[in-house]
Amino acid sequence: MVDPVSKALNGHEASQWFLYGVLYTLAVLVMGLRMLAKYRHNRYQLIRTGSVMFFQTAFAFLIPEILVRLNYPYYDFKNIWPLNYSFFFDWNLHNLLNSGGLGIFMLVWGIVLIVIAVPVITYFFGKRWYCSWVCGCGGLAETLGDPFRQLSNKKLSAWKVERWLIHGVLVFAVVMTALVLYTYFSGQSQVLFLNSYTVRGVYGFLIGSIFAGVVGTGFYPFMGSRVWCRFGCPLAAYLGLVQRFKSRFRITTNGGQCISCGNCSTYCEMGIDVRAYAQRGQDIVRASCVGCGVCSAVCPRGVLKLENG
Amino acid sequence: MHIAILGNGIAGITAARHIRKKSDCEITVISAESDHFFSRTALMYVYMGHMRFEDIKPYEDWFWGKNRINLVNGFVTNIDYRKKTLFFNDDTTCSYDKLILATGSMTHKAGWPGQDLDGVHGLYSLQDLQAMERHSEGLKKAVIVGGGLIGIEMAEMFHSRHIPVTFLVRESSFWNTFLPREESAMINRHIIDHGIDLQLETELKEIWGDRSGKLKLIITNKGEKIECGFAGITTGVRPNIDFLHFTPIEYDRGILVNDYLETSVPDVYAIGDCAQLRTPKPGRRPIEPVWYTGRMMGETVARNILAEQSAVGSTQSPVTNHQSLVTYDPGIWFNSAKFFDIEYQVYGDVQPNPPANHRSIYWEHPEGRKSIRIVYDQPKGHVLGFNLMGIRYRHEVCEQWIREQTHIEEVLPNLSLANFDPEFFREYEPAVLQLYNAQTGKNIQPASRRSLTQVLNFLKRPVNA
Ligand SMILES: Cc1cc2nc3c(=O)[nH]c(=O)nc-3n(C[C@H](O)[C@H](O)[C@H](O)COP(=O)(O)OP(=O)(O)OC[C@H]3O[C@@H](n4cnc5c(N)ncnc54)[C@H](O)[C@@H]3O)c2cc1C
Ligand code: SF4
Ligand code: SF4
Repeated sequence: MVDPVSKALNGHEASQWFLYGVLYTLAVLVMGLRMLAKYRHNRYQLIRTGSVMFFQTAFAFLIPEILVRLNYPYYDFKNIWPLNYSFFFDWNLHNLLNSGGLGIFMLVWGIVLIVIAVPVITYFFGKRWYCSWVCGCGGLAETLGDPFRQLSNKKLSAWKVERWLIHGVLVFAVVMTALVLYTYFSGQSQVLFLNSYTVRGVYGFLIGSIFAGVVGTGFYPFMGSRVWCRFGCPLAAYLGLVQRFKSRFRITTNGGQCISCGNCSTYCEMGIDVRAYAQRGQDIVRASCVGCGVCSAVCPRGVLKLENG
Repeated sequence: MHIAILGNGIAGITAARHIRKKSDCEITVISAESDHFFSRTALMYVYMGHMRFEDIKPYEDWFWGKNRINLVNGFVTNIDYRKKTLFFNDDTTCSYDKLILATGSMTHKAGWPGQDLDGVHGLYSLQDLQAMERHSEGLKKAVIVGGGLIGIEMAEMFHSRHIPVTFLVRESSFWNTFLPREESAMINRHIIDHGIDLQLETELKEIWGDRSGKLKLIITNKGEKIECGFAGITTGVRPNIDFLHFTPIEYDRGILVNDYLETSVPDVYAIGDCAQLRTPKPGRRPIEPVWYTGRMMGETVARNILAEQSAVGSTQSPVTNHQSLVTYDPGIWFNSAKFFDIEYQVYGDVQPNPPANHRSIYWEHPEGRKSIRIVYDQPKGHVLGFNLMGIRYRHEVCEQWIREQTHIEEVLPNLSLANFDPEFFREYEPAVLQLYNAQTGKNIQPASRRSLTQVLNFLKRPVNA
């Protein structure tokens, strides 16, 4: 059914992955329209939702397919390591290095994103610039996931689990990539007792497929829309560290006006107990906040404002 | 020392938390309404399905045990102040060294015939919410009596379940005892836009039931009969102190307290909705039954109890002892609410029938759902209050302008500092300034942008605090 679309874009029959991409993008677009209707009085939500719809359609879906048609490597310009955990895999590096100027550009672009764009943009705007404006996983969470956002767990215990898990995955991703690069440059796959191919296989299966894919979207109805983003995504962990320790972004509060109603906490997809801060008049500076702005949108007393300092 | 707190609302709980922060004494919080503190202001969201009851509890259940705050679910029927003992309706007792009364309010019913029929309810307690829930199934018509904040919330609640509502308001315009004319008119329009049958200058006269004691219809003072399955009484609340009437504590409408929140009985304090100040601050009411005052009183009473405790055993006389106490100071008035979709915020002194020295600049959006009003003194020119509809302003900035008696012509060019709407929202401060220029023939130019850095500079707070 999607074959004609696939042929028109990349010149091939639709693969299983192409179908997945079509469905994913459609979900973001259709549920994005629903989001736009729901928040029609909130310009922050309108612009932000428009942004995730655009980045999913253009950057995650169309451009990579067109690249393939032009015989360039499949490349999503907004997918950043370590979320894009295969970026430093030998086959990807080969691919990029053998694709002429554009391939080199892609390689440099990817590295620039990691070492410059992430810290600098996050310093000015918080991790939201990526997580709730650009990212594909975030895009799905903010559109298809919106009806489930209130299911995220707000308990203090969940926050503890979150910090261990997400930073654990970050460490895993860094170690795995280091091993892979070691193998790439030295040609040796065995490092001490670890085999870099095994490690990357385990990572790809456990984190890449099971956690990010199956749990990440399959658990929307049980644990809210951001299970992966909150507990697993190593890029979110990295962005979060910058946001927590070196960013102008924060949510300021009109603390006096808070009636402790709990709308903000309930609708925080990251499970942040926003109310706990708001009712004490404290700014909210949390590594996990993706800056979706929904807490501010649902607050009936005008207590919360996302700001860049 | 054992401190007993009667009432687990915002006032009692704030007191308990603040006492615990600074002291190790035993604390017991008593309530017959719920096991745990919940946000009363959020009851409507439970009915409308936005949240579950768990979600409106501001603290997780383990919080109380961890902070060694004993919770007792029981109804107190009598107090012996000399023996310092509380008596419960199940014949148990509880002794205390200090007692904080934080019993809140109850629905005020004016004595209408039929007001106790099944189907006639206020909205104050969790039990009231359950009653509303019980009657909502298959409900064809609800009548709401009383045009205040709770009345309009109730209208929104029924509206969310597509239950037709008739809203009886005694005044000639919604809540015009607090809202200036234009804002009140805006809310009238907004209520009607939601398909609510708003009947102004209309009062409830009688309530009729059927033989089984169930509500059948109500009759208005204009003689109209309205059949309904539910009558919501939201004509106001009064302090919940009936059970104290036989105890020797001084009360008027509420429990009388001095500036230290002490009642006429030693070691007994009263805070929150149930307290009535003997000498309220100028321009303030003796009973202000709102969330914020309950919270502030809770903080004050905690400080005073701890100050007294640390003075005990020292050589201080009771008089010098009093000097270490703090007086309850509610600061500059503020409040907020939401009328269906229109948010409302007020800072300072905004009156519907202003005295001669009050002047105001009022700007309203052409669509009639947003407005900004700034009240200032004439002739001195300093700002007195801000009234916002559909637009959010920053509390601290407005407060600082009012406290420092800033001149309106200095406030207007810097008005953007006060804007607290989310990013990308349209800003209307230039329009307000333009309006002022047009009305006065002046030519004041904007001087500040909407930016957190500028706000922090203005508030003289470190930028990276
Ligand atoms: C629907 C609704 C919406 C509201 N919205 C707002 C708002 O938006 N903004 C705002 O500022 N204010 C609002 N208010 C008012 C605000 O909720 C009250 O001012 C505040 O909750 C009062 O707190 P309190 O601690 O004084 O008393 P309460 O919260 O009433 O707590 C008193 C507790 O003591 C218990 N108690 C009393 N007597 C006894 C006894 N003898 N034995 C055992 N237990 C007893 C009661 O059952 C109750 O649980 C609203 C109120 C309602 C009902
Ligand atoms: S939604 Fe607003 S008023 Fe309610 S708890 Fe959160 S900050 Fe406070
Ligand atoms: S705190 Fe607010 S802005 Fe941040 S993730 Fe939660 S709901 Fe979104």
